[in-house]
Amino acid sequence: MSRHLTPSVQRRVGGPDGRNLDRRSFLKVSAAALGATAGLSPPQSFTPITLAQDAAATGASPPFRFAYISDSHLYEKHLNDRFVRGLLRAVDDVNNLDPQPDFVFYGGDLAQLGQVKELDMGAQILKNLKAPLKIMVGEHDWYLDMGEKWQELFGEPTYSFDHKGVHFVVLNSVVEKDFWTARGMSPMERMKTVAGLDNGVQSPFTVGEPQRKWLEEDLAKLPDDARVVIFSHSPLYKLYKQWNFWTDDAEEVQAILKRFKHVVVIHGHTHQLLTNRIGNIHFHGLLSTAWPWPYAPEGMPELTIQMSRPDPFNPNDGCGDGEVLVHPDGLVDKVYSLWNRKPITVSAAYLASSGKQSVPSKPNRPSY
Amino acid sequence: MNRILIGRRMKGAFAGTACLALTSLWIGCGQPSGSSPSLAGVSTTSSPEAAPVEASLQPALAVAAVAEETAAKETAAKEAPPAGDGKTVQVGSCDGEHTVAVSKDLSGRPLADALMGQWKRDHPEAKWVAEQKERHSFLPPADNSDLLTGEQGKEHVYGNYTERDILTWARETEKLVAEGSRIFHDGDALGSTVAVSCDMCHPHAANTHPETYPKFQTQLGRTVLLRDMINWCIENPVRGDKLEPDSPEMRALEGYIMAQRKGVEMNYGKH
Repeated sequence: MSRHLTPSVQRRVGGPDGRNLDRRSFLKVSAAALGATAGLSPPQSFTPITLAQDAAATGASPPFRFAYISDSHLYEKHLNDRFVRGLLRAVDDVNNLDPQPDFVFYGGDLAQLGQVKELDMGAQILKNLKAPLKIMVGEHDWYLDMGEKWQELFGEPTYSFDHKGVHFVVLNSVVEKDFWTARGMSPMERMKTVAGLDNGVQSPFTVGEPQRKWLEEDLAKLPDDARVVIFSHSPLYKLYKQWNFWTDDAEEVQAILKRFKHVVVIHGHTHQLLTNRIGNIHFHGLLSTAWPWPYAPEGMPELTIQMSRPDPFNPNDGCGDGEVLVHPDGLVDKVYSLWNRKPITVSAAYLASSGKQSVPSKPNRPSY
Repeated sequence: MNRILIGRRMKGAFAGTACLALTSLWIGCGQPSGSSPSLAGVSTTSSPEAAPVEASLQPALAVAAVAEETAAKETAAKEAPPAGDGKTVQVGSCDGEHTVAVSKDLSGRPLADALMGQWKRDHPEAKWVAEQKERHSFLPPADNSDLLTGEQGKEHVYGNYTERDILTWARETEKLVAEGSRIFHDGDALGSTVAVSCDMCHPHAANTHPETYPKFQTQLGRTVLLRDMINWCIENPVRGDKLEPDSPEMRALEGYIMAQRKGVEMNYGKH
């Protein structure tokens, strides 16, 4: 686990980095660089970043939006094309946003069984995004080859970047204690065990000590009123252990975040509208493009307004993608763009008022 | 194919129980009264060496006194030598599928252990119920041990239960539920052509709400039972062939799904 801790690799500060350049962005940057070299025009594409830094210094950061796609669980197309079509639809949704979001965040579980062909196809589809991509790893991407292929495609799973005065951190929160060696499991047996949401043989998810230490160091330079957004695949709190809607060292991670005025945590894995607030930390879930999960039978956070139970007769119901509007104070409005329904926004005001204001509409078909 | 396998699995489990009973009988055969092994229901193969089996059991009196650990070692050394060397006897296993070659020198407990050892090797998934329970932690059946209290029932044939009855009911019921859990979590067992299994939308059978059936299913325009919805799921998201309503697979799936709602109020017709 030490290799994701190389600071030079993890620090991806500023605009689109090399990893995330699609062809279009590459041409833009190249053209700007060419113009600058030739002295024909100022490098316009760099200007907004400079402005953003100035704005951050004065505490007047502009609001901005990023889009999200998550949990596509791709099988190879010949085996199951429904999940592939789900991801394609989400990419179309995001590409049709006008204006375009500043970047697109992918929330993990791109593949269903972490296989080379699944991950390759996912990477290929995500290249069609017009906006730059930031990506996080999920357990379905990891436990066949312990992240080898995913890292080859997307780089280190733990990193941070700054955008318009907001500090973003991406964690690998699906670190499991070795349950497979003693049982003599093959890599695919290990993968399938982790892939079963209700499979009790696996271990609970953790961020783990090395990443927690890295997180502390990464945040050390920030003042207490800094705007911080953390991405983790599993919720960074303890909801329902039996389905790993859970991070076993959540309290330790929360303690690291405690000194900040407020922090936003955005997580995948749960495939549903999910909202929570623990003190200064606001939590939002992401929708899946593959299937919705039922709500946990116990331990639901009070602030969660559940989405109506999905219609099994419509394979897209309860699935979707969405956007996140980041306010100047660093809190966010979380938009759930459900494919078969009106979008639902869980606003910063709703969480900041502990559920007293801007209450989203309630479901008429609660989960069983 | 999968459905045949399921049948075999169940059969294997039942055969295991029978074999255990059988080995007890073999141990009994080692007593001085020395009944013929053929009376214990074990069929031997047509090996010409079969006849001396009874004689080989005679030293059981001596062997019976040997500590179990020693016996186990002895068994490991002697069991299953090559057939047809004049020192072994072929014994037909009670599952009707396997023949076990055991040393003629074995008798009593070591012989029983040899037979049981062979059966375990032939059935590596013998602990599949326990394994299924560990993986998917289905809820246990009701505890009926309260039936062992009270004096009145003990005077009647119906109502005179033993601890063994209580355990047997629990074990047999759990077996059906475990089989349902296995199919529920296995796209191949469900016959899925798109690698989808029930648990991918219904972990621990959540949101299957068996307590609400029968109910009018608006999307189908008729009143349905749980099994109708199981078959709808198998045909649509799972993309498989629907099950016969009374097939072992459907019975097991229904058993598992209902078991997961233990303690929930029946409320048919609820949407």
